[in-house]
Amino acid sequence: MIEYSYIIAFLPLLSYLLIVFFFSKNNKVAHTVSITAILASFVLSVIVFFEVLANHGPHIFEYEWISMPGFELPLSLYIDPLAAVMLLVVTIVSSCVHIYSVGYMHGDPRYPRFFSFLSLFSFSMLGLVISGTFFGTFIFWELVGLTSYLLIGFWFEKKVAADAGKKAFVTTKIGDLGFLAGLLILSAAAGTFNYSEVYHLIENNQIPVIFITAAGILMFCGAIGKSAQFPLHVWLPDAMEGPTPVSALIHAATMVAAGVYLTARIMSIIVVSHSAAITIAYIGGITALLAASIGLVQNDIKRVLAYSTVSQLGYMILALGCGGYTAGTFHLMTHAFFKALLFLGAGSVIHAVHTNDIQFMGGLSKKMPITSKTFFIASLSIAGIFPLSGFWSKDEIFATILHEGHWFLLVLAVLVAGMTAFYMFRLCFLTFTGKPRDEHAYEHAHESPNTMTYPLIFLAILAVCAGWVGIPWLHHGYASFVYFHHPHHPEPNFALMIIGTIVALAGIYLAYLMYYKRAIDPVKMAERFKPVYTFLFNKWYFDELYMGTVIRFTYWFMEVLFRFDQVVIDGFVNFCGKFGLFNSRIWMTFDVYVVDGAVNGAGYITRWFAGGLRRIQSGAVQNYAFVIFLGVVLLILFRMM
Amino acid sequence: MATLDHYLILSAILFCIGIFGLLTRRNAIGVLMSIELMFNSANINFIAFSKFITPEALTGQIFAVFVITVAAAEAAVGLAIVVLMYRNFDIVNVDNINFMKW
Repeated sequence: MIEYSYIIAFLPLLSYLLIVFFFSKNNKVAHTVSITAILASFVLSVIVFFEVLANHGPHIFEYEWISMPGFELPLSLYIDPLAAVMLLVVTIVSSCVHIYSVGYMHGDPRYPRFFSFLSLFSFSMLGLVISGTFFGTFIFWELVGLTSYLLIGFWFEKKVAADAGKKAFVTTKIGDLGFLAGLLILSAAAGTFNYSEVYHLIENNQIPVIFITAAGILMFCGAIGKSAQFPLHVWLPDAMEGPTPVSALIHAATMVAAGVYLTARIMSIIVVSHSAAITIAYIGGITALLAASIGLVQNDIKRVLAYSTVSQLGYMILALGCGGYTAGTFHLMTHAFFKALLFLGAGSVIHAVHTNDIQFMGGLSKKMPITSKTFFIASLSIAGIFPLSGFWSKDEIFATILHEGHWFLLVLAVLVAGMTAFYMFRLCFLTFTGKPRDEHAYEHAHESPNTMTYPLIFLAILAVCAGWVGIPWLHHGYASFVYFHHPHHPEPNFALMIIGTIVALAGIYLAYLMYYKRAIDPVKMAERFKPVYTFLFNKWYFDELYMGTVIRFTYWFMEVLFRFDQVVIDGFVNFCGKFGLFNSRIWMTFDVYVVDGAVNGAGYITRWFAGGLRRIQSGAVQNYAFVIFLGVVLLILFRMM
Repeated sequence: MATLDHYLILSAILFCIGIFGLLTRRNAIGVLMSIELMFNSANINFIAFSKFITPEALTGQIFAVFVITVAAAEAAVGLAIVVLMYRNFDIVNVDNINFMKW
């Protein structure tokens, strides 16, 4: 089966094409086709997963694509344990999102189109996962960017949504440029795009370290864009304007996971180049702190989750930068499940109360028991409470950072864990407990339909259990399956586990005091730390900063270019036009008087002659006969003389 | 005694009358008759030359017989044209039939 694993990616593509060309008017058929395709992909992924479990590989299958004399550009499949795990995660989350969308998007005028885009999105991400060349990865990378643009701006009638799509596309494109440059440098130095060959060359020190560092950092720029790392994180919160299932897909399994996945794929580079590794680790750490601090004070349920995603992605990148291949990808997997659950839960809430603002919610646990329970489970998981999946992966990350000895980053990571616990439970308490703050919305709230709650329950089970594969005491757990070079058996570090748990519990307790017990008044707190609060509330003024610098510069530059166009280029063009006109006037005069004169003159002369001559031809036979006779007489006279 | 000159003068007079008729008659029948006159003047020439220059050979006479035959054929064709002309134009005046110009 494993040699046919490209089918996993192409099934959703097939579904996309079918919906676009045949079922674009039929809601039922559209979602049936789309869900069937992704479920089939899921089943195939499971088969592939077990095959890889039996034989770790990597399994490489090459396909001829572009072949010219002296230039070969093959496409290939590269199925290693990481790819197998990712296939599973992507198809599971994507299936849940597909099924959930049946309920969430019910009644949308562009319902079939939504499902076709979901399929295309899944195709892009699955293709990215199985691709075995940097070039193939880049193609799918861009496809992921394109489809996320389409989905974020799905409700393009809303200007904010259209703008958010544009912002996501342009911002990630800046990173993509780095990726392209990096992969060109690497392939120029290595002479191939294939993962396996590049790895081989790097490990045998056949590529100068300077190229490796440059390529590593540049390719990581792509990950910065896609995984919304500092300083290109600004698009992700805005991307919340898309439909909520899309947010779940983007945040859990596709778009942002792509950046982490790529970073894991260039692990060979990170290991060789110390400076690249440090850069990556610090960017991850900064992002984690930055996003978590902003998440503390946001009021939009989806935005809080968005910042928590950015922060968690920071964790993964931090872990990967510290060489924690296992830890980073493990957290990627567990995060996928609980973050998908959180978003789908948030979608369920929004579906019920028709607002994103947590200030107008409250007390919803009575109305929406399944949503609230699953949401709490996911929050506990992301906060890192024993024994849920988030606990194990977060602990693994701490252990990796400690192992590398980056004390500063470790403190930072632990701090972020506390903040995560705080803002997640702030969200939970404000949404689901206490008194309803908006009676009207509360009255109309109701539990979502089964198509939405079943995926929630399924994901809740995974949010609890998915981390158990990585329990440090387990001998054949995650670490002995997905590893870099050598399987490393993490040793359980009880001190770290206890610290992590305490910090998380402290965060939850603080949230409990402030938003459940109301022992500490959040408003007064905000008043007391007003500068900090405002700073965080305005997201560290990043949007304003970019507005003031990058965008203003772009506008200024545009203005300059516009002037240049107007004065120089338009001037030149107009001069050319005027000159042409003048020149043509001269030639027109010549034509009119000389050429036309000659032609007309020839005509006039001919007519003038003909006018005289035609009188001779009278048509009367006797005249002709007379002339003949005259001629004969003249001839005779002439002869006689 | 009639000499060759007499015959030739007669023939020339007949020819001139024929030419004159050909050029001046308006009626197509008249034109045809004038042409017959010219043929006959030519015949007189043939016979006269035959009689006075080569009396032993009969070439002139034979030629005259041929000319008469050709004249008959010509008259038939000419009369056919005249009949068609009458049918189409209701008139047989040659000066009215002047469409063959420009």
